[in-house]
Amino acid sequence: MTERSASRLAEAQSPAPPSTDASRLYAPDSLEALREIVAAAVSLEEPLAIEGSGSKSGLGRPVNTAATLSTAKLTGVTLYEPDELVLSARAGTPIAEIEALIDENGQRLEFEPIDYGPLHARERGLGTLGGVLACNLSGPRRVKQGAARDHVLGITAVSGRAEVFKSGGRVVKNVTGYDLSKGMAGSYGTLAVLSDVTIKVLPKSETETTLLLRGLTDEEAAGAMAAAMGSPAEVSGAAHLPMLVARRVAEGHLGDEPATAIRLEGFGPSVAARDAYLSAALQNVARLERLEGEASQAFWRDVKDVVPFADGTDKPVWRVSLAPTAGHQLVMGLRRHAAIDAFYDWQGGLVWLRMESGDAEADLIRAGIAQLGGGHATLVRASESLRAATDVFQPQPAPLAALAKRLKSEFDPAGILNPGRMG
Amino acid sequence: MSVAMPKPSEAVLDRRDEIVSALQAIVPGEGVVDATDEMRAFETDGLTAYRQLPLVVVLPDTVDQVSRVLAYCHRNDIPVVPRGAGTSLSGGALPLQDGVLLVLSKFNRVLEIDYDNRSAVVQPGVTNLGITKAVEHRGFYYAPDPSSQIACSIGGNVAENSGGVHCLKYGLTANNVLGIEFVTIEGEVMRLGGKHLDAEGGYDLLGLMTGSEGLLGVVTEVTVRILQKPETARAVLIGFPTSEQAGECVAEIIAKGIIPGGMEMMDRPAIHAAEDFVQAGYPRDVEALLIVELDGPQAEVDHLLAEVEAIGNTNGAVTCRVSQSEDERAAFWAGRKAAFPAVGRISPDYYCMDGTIPRKELPKVLAGMKALSEKYDLRVANVFHAGDGNLHPLILYDANKEGELHRAEEFGNDILRLCVAVGGVLTGEHGVGVEKRDLMPEMFGEDDLKHQQRVKCAFDAKHLLNPGKVFPTLHRCAELGRMHVHKGQVAFPDLPRF
Repeated sequence: MTERSASRLAEAQSPAPPSTDASRLYAPDSLEALREIVAAAVSLEEPLAIEGSGSKSGLGRPVNTAATLSTAKLTGVTLYEPDELVLSARAGTPIAEIEALIDENGQRLEFEPIDYGPLHARERGLGTLGGVLACNLSGPRRVKQGAARDHVLGITAVSGRAEVFKSGGRVVKNVTGYDLSKGMAGSYGTLAVLSDVTIKVLPKSETETTLLLRGLTDEEAAGAMAAAMGSPAEVSGAAHLPMLVARRVAEGHLGDEPATAIRLEGFGPSVAARDAYLSAALQNVARLERLEGEASQAFWRDVKDVVPFADGTDKPVWRVSLAPTAGHQLVMGLRRHAAIDAFYDWQGGLVWLRMESGDAEADLIRAGIAQLGGGHATLVRASESLRAATDVFQPQPAPLAALAKRLKSEFDPAGILNPGRMG
Repeated sequence: MSVAMPKPSEAVLDRRDEIVSALQAIVPGEGVVDATDEMRAFETDGLTAYRQLPLVVVLPDTVDQVSRVLAYCHRNDIPVVPRGAGTSLSGGALPLQDGVLLVLSKFNRVLEIDYDNRSAVVQPGVTNLGITKAVEHRGFYYAPDPSSQIACSIGGNVAENSGGVHCLKYGLTANNVLGIEFVTIEGEVMRLGGKHLDAEGGYDLLGLMTGSEGLLGVVTEVTVRILQKPETARAVLIGFPTSEQAGECVAEIIAKGIIPGGMEMMDRPAIHAAEDFVQAGYPRDVEALLIVELDGPQAEVDHLLAEVEAIGNTNGAVTCRVSQSEDERAAFWAGRKAAFPAVGRISPDYYCMDGTIPRKELPKVLAGMKALSEKYDLRVANVFHAGDGNLHPLILYDANKEGELHRAEEFGNDILRLCVAVGGVLTGEHGVGVEKRDLMPEMFGEDDLKHQQRVKCAFDAKHLLNPGKVFPTLHRCAELGRMHVHKGQVAFPDLPRF
């Protein structure tokens, strides 16, 4: 570090004590200030941890930097046109604030982003819009309506080159140039720092009903969910909570018996017709129960936020995505080698795994996934030391890893942004 | 039409015989086409105003051949233009004089259908409609439906992120593709995603590849989501005395929480052209016609049709007809689907544009287009994916009349500038290609474009894949790679802090 830049850094930290403060936090309140901080970091070769509110600091590998760049002061909805189904906000705007605003207008985020708060023993509602996109969050409706990547329309960001760039726009149909907005999805702040995000919002459904099939084994549940998803009933959620897991959602009302849940949403007459159709198709499969309205919403919120594993511990939790019919096979195979607890979303294609012994067992899990046709496992909860010692994200074949690395170095040649977060 | 393409490499042109021989060694038999008259079939795509014979055409039929062809071209600095069915409306598959045209049409097999996982694995040359044909006996279909679906290939759909009438409700190609296999210019075979969701769980390379117009890699396999067909579908025709009223009706339908399967608008010239051509039963005395299709369970469709009719009436509809049979629904669509050829009947040539605008700006844009139509003295007919704001103005011209083609192009460019000015974009579903390449700076600043090109550099640092498309100026990757922030020379601001 040059003397000149060192004095500038000290100046920048003022009035905080220079350099003795191990975790300086920069929170710019404008795009230009954001760009200048990144520029300074590049010039000083000082890596930055990138965060919104910091609510997802437990995701990914630990980042050890002396300075943190937060978008928490880049807040506010800058455009919301309900009739156009579009909303733009600064990246640090709390997602809860956005959800409340659009709810007043009868709209919602169709991709139903998970709130990692409960799993990480934090409050709900701390996450930001930028964080939702950077981690490409989604929820049970992913099977029908996609993830954050499918709903982002445009972004403005500052890359690791300290240059501002924008991509996309405010309209749904747009193929003008590369889709850098999607490129930000799942990049965990390692390519660029988001300053503004434009997303699609959609009307809330008028009503919802959840059909509960009780008492199915994991394998039977996989079959029932495949049948429901493959029917014309427009299912918007298909989850299976095995024995003893069912009790841990919806305030224990479901009891211990396994519960396989099928969600139907839409206009009243439509939901009623689809309910009748599915009930007839599934009546011989299992005993049927129903959750209506708010009870249904509460159930899916708990499934979305992995409440069954929100136990206040740091026992390792994996999020595994694989072919839906392979989910229960993975769990069955793993049980022979490790003590695990598991439940399923996405028709069985999303497996939440809690490792009861405290070991991550990354190789075991990934070998199982590979045998079953592929997918990926992400360690979404673990102690910092375990996350530092484990491939938190699915390792990629060498050529693909090299490509990802080239992309990273094109956007952040100095390695300033969130070094090591993705491994 | 003329568009400046990268200057052909004399070194490559001089070595043509050698290159042809090398390619014949990789793809034996009739897989290499080098005779001028046989290459004529490939000299253009759906944007027929542009023509160029390629250096040579290669039609591989294995992934290994694709890999070896690309690796050879990479080693020898030979440009490659990938081509699916050649239906691009933006010149995405326009050949290069010094470029190998890599045609994927022999990759035409459906490899696997997995109903339980609602997915199909297909080769890139399978047509869009071909996927639906392969699964419809079980009641399934593939949702994105570009109007060229009978001919266009799924590999091309991935390259262009194709849309269609139903993407308001069911999404674009990007939302319906689960995975791909692709080959890089270096010949490396990569797989992204599969039957699971969220592809790799890291960088969304699948999202970057989709819509990259053949500049990042050559797609050799696609895994798509297949859906169960809705139980029923019915359409309603609603005619309005003004386009403003039609626009209000569209906004109100959406504000009521209704997302129709399709929602199309046509203006008076388009209505008349279509009605003259196919007698779809469209009213001739309206300025704007909406076709709203509702699909889903019978109970839902009946319920929503009543709502849509009521919304139409409160917004001043003068005609409102609900399809009473599958034949009638098909007839309603026949006019819309025949709109392009119908316009082709009333004008020697037409030029199809593809901007997208915020829906509320429709009246302003239509008024602007009318003024431009007078300025350029050319007629324009409009069909419009009203639900998502995607405009397809058809500019009518006669290429045999001196200067008309040029005027049509200028007219089109002005329409796209107008789209951008009201918050829209240059292309909703047809792609940039060569057609809109030079308009990119209307929408993007220099740093925006540079960051797009840096993606290109990560995939294809030598700029050999489909050069001359999408980007108005090609920066060498080494030049793009330079950091413009110099150590110790940045103005350090007063940093806000906690």
